Amino acid sequence: MERSAIRVDDVLLEMRGITKTFPGVKALDDVSFRVRRGEIHALVGENGAGKSTLMKVLSGVFPHGTYEGEILLGGQEVQFSDIHASERQGIVIIHQELALIPYLSITENIFLGNEQSTGGIVHWGASHDRARELLKRVGLAESPDTRVSHLGVGKQQLVEIAKALSKEVTLLILDEPTSSLNENDSRALLDLLREFRAKGLTSILISHKLNEVEAVADTITILRDGKTIESLDAHGEGMSEDRIIRGMVGRDLVQRYPDRDVEIGEVVFEVKNWNVAHPIYDDQMVIKDVSLNVKAGEVVGIAGLMGAGRTEFAMSVFGRSWGQFVSGSVSIKGRTVDVSTIPKAVKNGIAYVTEDRKTYGLILINDVKRNVTLANLPGVSTSAILNEPKEVTVANGYRDRLNIKCSSVQQETVNLSGGNQQKVVLAKWLFANPEVLIMDEPTRGIDVGAKFEIYTIINRLAAEGKAIIIISSELTEVLGVADRIYVMAAGQIAAEMPASEASQESIMRAIMRLNRAGVEEVVL
Amino acid sequence: MTAAAGPTPGDQGPPIARQLITLFRSNARQYGMLVALVLVIAIFQFTTNGKLLGSLNVTNIFLQNGYIVLMALGMLLVIVVGHIDLSVGSVAAFTGAVAAVLMVSWKLDPLLAGVVALVIGGVIGAWHGFWIAYMGIPSFIATLSGMLLFRGLTLFMLQGQPVGPFPESFRAIASGFIPDPIGNGGGGGAAVHITSLVLAAALVLLLILSDLRARREQVKYGFSASPNYVFVIRNALLAGSIMFLAWLMANYNGLPVVLVLMLVLTGLYIFVTNRTVIGRRLYAVGGNAKAAMLSGVNSKRLVFLAFVNMGVLAALGGLVFAARLNSATPKAGNGFELDVIAAVFVGGASAYGGVGTVFGAVIGALFLGVLNIGMGIMSIGIDYQQAIKALVLLGAVYFDVSSKRKTS
Repeated sequence: MERSAIRVDDVLLEMRGITKTFPGVKALDDVSFRVRRGEIHALVGENGAGKSTLMKVLSGVFPHGTYEGEILLGGQEVQFSDIHASERQGIVIIHQELALIPYLSITENIFLGNEQSTGGIVHWGASHDRARELLKRVGLAESPDTRVSHLGVGKQQLVEIAKALSKEVTLLILDEPTSSLNENDSRALLDLLREFRAKGLTSILISHKLNEVEAVADTITILRDGKTIESLDAHGEGMSEDRIIRGMVGRDLVQRYPDRDVEIGEVVFEVKNWNVAHPIYDDQMVIKDVSLNVKAGEVVGIAGLMGAGRTEFAMSVFGRSWGQFVSGSVSIKGRTVDVSTIPKAVKNGIAYVTEDRKTYGLILINDVKRNVTLANLPGVSTSAILNEPKEVTVANGYRDRLNIKCSSVQQETVNLSGGNQQKVVLAKWLFANPEVLIMDEPTRGIDVGAKFEIYTIINRLAAEGKAIIIISSELTEVLGVADRIYVMAAGQIAAEMPASEASQESIMRAIMRLNRAGVEEVVL
Repeated sequence: MTAAAGPTPGDQGPPIARQLITLFRSNARQYGMLVALVLVIAIFQFTTNGKLLGSLNVTNIFLQNGYIVLMALGMLLVIVVGHIDLSVGSVAAFTGAVAAVLMVSWKLDPLLAGVVALVIGGVIGAWHGFWIAYMGIPSFIATLSGMLLFRGLTLFMLQGQPVGPFPESFRAIASGFIPDPIGNGGGGGAAVHITSLVLAAALVLLLILSDLRARREQVKYGFSASPNYVFVIRNALLAGSIMFLAWLMANYNGLPVVLVLMLVLTGLYIFVTNRTVIGRRLYAVGGNAKAAMLSGVNSKRLVFLAFVNMGVLAALGGLVFAARLNSATPKAGNGFELDVIAAVFVGGASAYGGVGTVFGAVIGALFLGVLNIGMGIMSIGIDYQQAIKALVLLGAVYFDVSSKRKTS
């Protein structure tokens, strides 16, 4: 029926009836997935829907025999025993976490494991030439002997793609390629995908950013709870982000951002004339004369591009955990406070929820309760001796309050989903009972449903009179959750506006104005 | 979204077998070493025709391994916090030499000399801790330097000659036995050492009470507590083995002083690691130093303190060892660092930090000690002994790594 609508030779990849079972869990249940030659096929679904598992089946991470069903590539059945087998057939995955070696050059990274050599001797000349050619194809104007550590995340992503292209790729799979890119780099990456499509390359895009999916994809396949829900024609009528969300969550999510009705009070948190230098080069100012304030019950957003200095600013305020402090003052409820070390900042009521929860937020090998109480151990102890029953009670309280899904508070956090891990980090800081909560990219890499829950928690905290700062690279998120927005660019405050008057355009304009001014300053 | 916890093939058996399987699985790392220790004791008991569990040999196990156990307590903290200390053998030799020179050449009171040696141990630990925690030198390198430095200073201190003998009161910490004010045993007499038995019984009572308390809390907070019969069997076995060992020793000279020291310190460190804020923070720093720091934990100071503590315990080990030999020698403590580190890893600590228990480290040290003495009784050559110990270390860590892989 439906199958006859597409000519068989148009189909590059077909996965039929894929079922993958882990002990006690059916991760994939009779999933079918069909990718036409030359299209950009988006694969979407909430965390845990089975996207990564499906791609692991496809790339041979789960070898043939460990799953049921069949994979056809160009009409031929294929059985991969490992990743190398799938790469030989031209299936290449670029993972969310970049797999580049920072201390090696671009060329060395591109040909890592695939060195251009005879008898173990590498042909560096030929390698550099090939690398240069590949860099041109991905539009990266860098010398191939540049160390990867000298490149920004956006450029590193391009190196990953160049590496994939070096392998005679026929099917390129990108897992959340833009999750750590700023808007400009994301746009450039999506343009590159379109260019590849024009040249006939087929790609599969896994993304939580539905605006990107809608913008670039030809077909959208939605997974939910390990099942294929539907495959949509992205160019069809009635296609919208809401339509995709409905498929992902199984119902209409009427609102992406919960309403908030909070009485905004006095100024709680104020930073004045904050100047910070680079951690190594003390003559290089990274944060320049930043002043801002947050009132009780208010959610303030800090918008800006990656590299604008938002995280650096937040961390420098939080116990000087970034850079070299030069000058400035921090006051809470009108009283100047000492934030020169993290313990002092915490004691004075500042909490910082990091953008990288796995590296900086959680002790992954520890259980939920130990993570929840880590920032406020005195709160569960008497004269430095832990009161374990109290600790369990506290952890269970946050588990209920924030709806953390775990088998018990004794479960190790490494086994939780991204959204639940984020809630554990939040719980940790809530238990420290701060006046000011600075949240850096609080919803990065978590699914639509969990995002809504996080926003609800933010609202509840605001209602309790906390001062909240949200740093986010997603402009829609800043616009959706904040009452007031500061725009940062080049380490300065470029603009301040009430969220009701702000728009994506006005924010971008403010950034561009300042960046241009900065350039002119240099020219003069 | 990959392997989630769920029913496994082991869950199909009858209820009791199923309970036991899950119980063993969830505690494999806790009990695994204990089971291995019992197993190796049983094997040696058989191959030595029952000599291993004789009064003298059991006493010797503790006399010969006391200093390793003491140093393993410090090494456990260092490894949990994510570092390593290669200098402990040299530090033990150096502090032993300092105490020897103070007592023998300067005629200082043994107690005072001992305190001075412990303080010097702490200062040496602070020296290492300073470079590692505050100057960012990898602990492997800083303590490798310390290993050479303090070996050199030991040679200098002793002028290349052994220094001894020591006053009787000093030797007692390594080879003495507790007095018997209740009975009239001890002193090599034929009577049973009653005080030792009373102390052992008190220890058993303490352990049972604390297990009961932990169990009550587990039930109260809805955690799965082990079934009643497991609880009873576990405590009966524990009580039985402790009383059995105490009985053996009571029939010789009673409990060695070093064993009492070991038990007290082990209890103290178990308490510190499990029940105190500082203990919790040590594990957090070892688990993820950056996240701990950003949670307001002073990671650097904790690393520093772990090394200070290690220095003091290395000095204590050095004193015990010198007292045992009745002289401080330039070569004392050679290779101790490897025995101590092996004990901690055999006891289930992770080389990546953040994981490991005091109890495990002590069991690991005793395990290696039993291996030594058992092979000694069997007159196995030193060449084979080394090779066997090497393979045991590898096997124990492999067991740990593979059981971790299964649970995650």
